[in-house]
Amino acid sequence: MPVTVLNRVLAGTRPLMSGNEAVARAVWESGAALASAYPGTPSTEILESLALYPDIVAQWGVNEKVALETAIGASLTGARAFCAMKHVGLNVAADALMSQALAGIHGGLVIAVADDVGLSSSQNEQDSRYWGRFAHLPVLEPADAQEAYAFTLAAFALSERFHTLVILRLTTRVCHVKALVATGERQPHASLGFARDPKRWVMLPAHVRGMIPVQIARDAALAAHAEESPLLCELEGDDPSIGIIASGPAALSAREAFPEAPLLKLGLGYPLPIERIRAFAAGVGRLLVVEETEPLVETELRAQGIAVTGKDLLPRYGELSVAVLRGARARLRGEAAPAVAAPIDVFPRPPTMCPGCPHLAPFYCLSRLRGSLLISGDIGCYTLGAGQPWQAMDACTCMGASLTLANGMAVAKTGDDAEKAVVAVIGDSTFLHMGMQGLLNLVYNRANVTVLLLDNRTVGMTGGQEHPGTGFDIHGDPAPRVDFVALVQALGVKAERVHSVDPYDLPGLFKLIRSETAVNDVSVILTNRPCVLTDRHHSRPALGVVEAECTGCGGCLQVGCPAIQVVRRDRVMTPSGREKERAFVTIDSAFCTGCNACVGLCAPKCIQPLAAMSERCEGV
Amino acid sequence: MSVTNILLCGIGGQGVLTAAELLAQAAVAEGHDVKKTEVAGMAQRGGVVTSHLRFGPRVLAPAIPPGETDLLIGFEVAEALRWCGELRAGGRAVVSTLRVKPPVVHQGLFAYPEDPVGQLRGRIKGVLAIDARTLAEDLGSMKLMNTVMLGAVADDLPIAAETLRAQVVARFQARKPALAEVNGRAFDAGRAAAHRARAEDAAAE
Repeated sequence: MPVTVLNRVLAGTRPLMSGNEAVARAVWESGAALASAYPGTPSTEILESLALYPDIVAQWGVNEKVALETAIGASLTGARAFCAMKHVGLNVAADALMSQALAGIHGGLVIAVADDVGLSSSQNEQDSRYWGRFAHLPVLEPADAQEAYAFTLAAFALSERFHTLVILRLTTRVCHVKALVATGERQPHASLGFARDPKRWVMLPAHVRGMIPVQIARDAALAAHAEESPLLCELEGDDPSIGIIASGPAALSAREAFPEAPLLKLGLGYPLPIERIRAFAAGVGRLLVVEETEPLVETELRAQGIAVTGKDLLPRYGELSVAVLRGARARLRGEAAPAVAAPIDVFPRPPTMCPGCPHLAPFYCLSRLRGSLLISGDIGCYTLGAGQPWQAMDACTCMGASLTLANGMAVAKTGDDAEKAVVAVIGDSTFLHMGMQGLLNLVYNRANVTVLLLDNRTVGMTGGQEHPGTGFDIHGDPAPRVDFVALVQALGVKAERVHSVDPYDLPGLFKLIRSETAVNDVSVILTNRPCVLTDRHHSRPALGVVEAECTGCGGCLQVGCPAIQVVRRDRVMTPSGREKERAFVTIDSAFCTGCNACVGLCAPKCIQPLAAMSERCEGV
Repeated sequence: MSVTNILLCGIGGQGVLTAAELLAQAAVAEGHDVKKTEVAGMAQRGGVVTSHLRFGPRVLAPAIPPGETDLLIGFEVAEALRWCGELRAGGRAVVSTLRVKPPVVHQGLFAYPEDPVGQLRGRIKGVLAIDARTLAEDLGSMKLMNTVMLGAVADDLPIAAETLRAQVVARFQARKPALAEVNGRAFDAGRAAAHRARAEDAAAE
């Protein structure tokens, strides 16, 4: 058994763990045989942690639907199985979820889904608790890392007791909060063996009709169980004029903001323990529901005839932090709102691409051509291409949508846009996740779209995970590596329309994008430099600016590399009488990767390798 | 004893989260309940990064409520200015004088503050400004800056400085043993610089 940092954690000790690490620990202790996931903030580290444990197969799946279906397959063989994803990932996996929810499971199956409450790194802020209602599945809502651990253990038990998939709903403030976690020993879980039962596992109308009454009976059994769930926790308070129903990390914030209020904390967030809530409500004055983000509990309690205060007082989006709840407390009590310090006016510091990022030059090219382009983007680091200085993205919706949006745009563009070429920009992992079908669809429908497939050989934005295009698995062991050129050709892109290029050759890339967008066909331009944050990247000698020769033209700044820094600005009159700002630059050698993307943009040609510059200086 | 709230701020890629982790481990070592939270995801991309560390007998919510930060640790000086409003009355700030201008400043879209330390001092008392970059470079590498900063805050914590130092050294012993000794020295250099700065401030008053 390999000894790793995590399995050296001794049972009974209380290490500091993130919620994600705590979930992983509990999945391992539960004796699960298989865990699959696609990376997504804030859930990514669950599977990364699990990969460090022995005696469990941890896999990156190419997308969340694949990950869930893999877990379902393992469950059918009688093993305990697990999958993890971010909230929007469950949209991708929903097809499998909704059907399998009816048949249920054989070995215990837990789905961890992490909601990005507060939108730190997502395209929407949806509430995954809806899936419990929609798919008739229990939803567990831990509040911190210790509960993430304990609720994961409970989720497997619940799954097998009721033969159902179980959703473990996490949020950013569970996943990425570190706290002390008391852990235990791994409990080996013997497989139940495959249960041949086509009437249950083969989802045909004739079979499924018989399952619906079973599901209804299970709903009733789960509702009865909810009333006595050990995950339900009632905290006393000195002042029952306000009582609180809360779940997840918002329950902790509510306890801090309303220390005197009795609090009923829902651990099993669906189905609701209606009778327990009714009894709790009878003992308090006003009942306040504290839930992130949608008013689900609130609506269900109102339907039960229980009077509550909820989103009429609290925001419908974002975190319900202590500060937000203190403001609500003051309003409830008719007191003045707590004073909040005015924000200090400091320049914004938005996330940006890294020095030497292989996406810099493609977005520079698009920014120069954007007057004649419609550009659809996708989910990844390169979505930053929408920001300064490139501003080279017109739309970005969800994983894989760059190609499909481009198809619709190419068909329907009119007026001034009719002559514009359509470009879709997508990364390697996103292409394998959900982009391949979109490319096939472009080819099949004879679209006129140029695809920039930016292959940086990693899942960049989530911190550098492996995928089938990197040649390595989750453990870093060699794995079959997809051949993107062969793949896009197999999907029907003509060989002469597929170009694998070095994105650091900016002039070459620019010419290629311009010529391919002029061709009425599907083209794929693949870039081939690895992410600078991975071990696969090798820096070249840093570049420098021959300062005496810098004319302040600012050309290099347009590539957007953070290593290029302005040392001095001035304003001069041009011969034509116009005032022009000049920005004289230097390159921070601590950050420069020597990629050369900026060199071609320097009008006086004074960006040069540092080594060559020192020779020049000696010559002078 | 109540909960101690420490807010660390800086820029993605600077190692703010690692510094917070070491402080958290030191608090655990002294028997506190601990919660540490940050918003990651975009953290590596040069954006704003904060880490909230709370410790005491029992910690509930993970994030520090506004205006309740006891100690602000700024790994970049404009970021310290951005977050100094989170300090409680009487709260202190230990700030690296390092300036990192983002691309939007270099592109001429926004201005970097002229005198961020002066602005900080205008807003709060108890600002300790540390030239962590020079101290780190004197010891051989800019990468020692965070260890210098941990040394600089070591005497502003309800945790023994030696406990924190031991965490720093142990982390390097476990991962990069060759760097353990120099990180110990960087910690001591930061601690000494903070003593000097405090003495100078006292003399100036």
